[in-house]
Amino acid sequence: MEGYLNLFVKSIFIENMIFAYFLGMCSYLAVSKTVKTAVGLGFAVIFVLAITVPINFLLDTYLLRPGALQWLDPSYAEIDLSFLSFIMFIAVIASMVQLVEMIVEKFAPALYGALGIFLPLIAVNCAILGGSLFMQQKDFSSVTESAVYGLGSGVGWLLAILAIAAIREKIIYSNVPAPLRGLGITFIITGLMALGFMSFMGIKL
Amino acid sequence: MANKEAESPKKPIVLFLNKESEPLFSKKNRALLTDPLDDNNPITVQVLGICSALAITVQLKPALVMSLSVVAVMGASNFIISLLRNLIPNRIRIIVQLVVVASMVILVDQILRAYAYDVSKELSIFIGLIITNCIVMGRLEAFALGNGVWKSFLDGIGNAAGYGFILIIVAFFRELFGSGKLFGYQVIPDAFYEMGYENNGLMLLSPMALITVGIFIWIQRARNRKLIEKN
Repeated sequence: MEGYLNLFVKSIFIENMIFAYFLGMCSYLAVSKTVKTAVGLGFAVIFVLAITVPINFLLDTYLLRPGALQWLDPSYAEIDLSFLSFIMFIAVIASMVQLVEMIVEKFAPALYGALGIFLPLIAVNCAILGGSLFMQQKDFSSVTESAVYGLGSGVGWLLAILAIAAIREKIIYSNVPAPLRGLGITFIITGLMALGFMSFMGIKL
Repeated sequence: MANKEAESPKKPIVLFLNKESEPLFSKKNRALLTDPLDDNNPITVQVLGICSALAITVQLKPALVMSLSVVAVMGASNFIISLLRNLIPNRIRIIVQLVVVASMVILVDQILRAYAYDVSKELSIFIGLIITNCIVMGRLEAFALGNGVWKSFLDGIGNAAGYGFILIIVAFFRELFGSGKLFGYQVIPDAFYEMGYENNGLMLLSPMALITVGIFIWIQRARNRKLIEKN
């Protein structure tokens, strides 16, 4: 249990998707103009990450990894399908996003209205594929662990986009040099925030 | 039979020249290549593909390899999608695009692993992330689905070059100031270090990539006033 909690905290703060790895920056920059939309996208990302990372973990363990096919027949021990992982992962992500979109549309039309445009965008959010690829590198031992990791990364992403959206809402009132307005200042603020987040690196969990 | 033979050599020409027979490097086509370098840069103006752009710019070598990989992937996938553009049903186009891009990325990844293993280790997951690099998908959606093969190919190469351009500039400054080296070779002479010059370790940390790009945007927009945003 303690291990899961550590992993959760670690994936939110120390290995924050945005501030440590710059994953999902495109939508982070594009959708962070107002807090409301930022929160919507953030929750959608949490949702999709928490679903796709464990699914991809199962795929990786029982299908792709070298020797993963052993459960079918011992003679398959030599087979290494890991070169297929990109295409498998992205296929899972694209179809999960489609599925989530349909489920949300059917059962929670209000939420669908709020998230509407963002849901399909998530398929090409680097943070989602990044989560699965990091999961593959980290060699998790169980599905739960990978699910916790997915959830934590999503929460970290939400935290980051929420913070930048709040700052951007306020920065309209300040006098930013004209060429720096919009994109430029957002980059620099993100850099400074990332610098702040680096202080978490000292924490050993 | 004779008719078919007479027609067949014509077909590829029509395909590549997009019906009007303009020269391969007409002004319009050259603009497709050069625009993304400055006025319409994918990173600093279109805000695409930042995800992978920042994490691998500590040194020039991985940045260069990454840029070349993106050029290869974008050129090839723009070309393929543009060939298929009239066959792809609109509803499933995103999945088709992802599959094409993912196959190209797997090819590049396998080639890197075979011929440049060290760099491929350094780039770790970021080669895989070219799949979700917004530049690739963005250009497929915005350009390749509606334009001819040759134009799409140029557009892909141009945008990937614009992306690589920023990557290399950022990596140049980070490696120069961060470790006093370029491509792994020391360029700041020892005499400087003896006089008390120190490498700026901060440049090696990831936040400085963001700030360097921020400053680059500042310089670009101060020079090119029409890019300035309203707020």
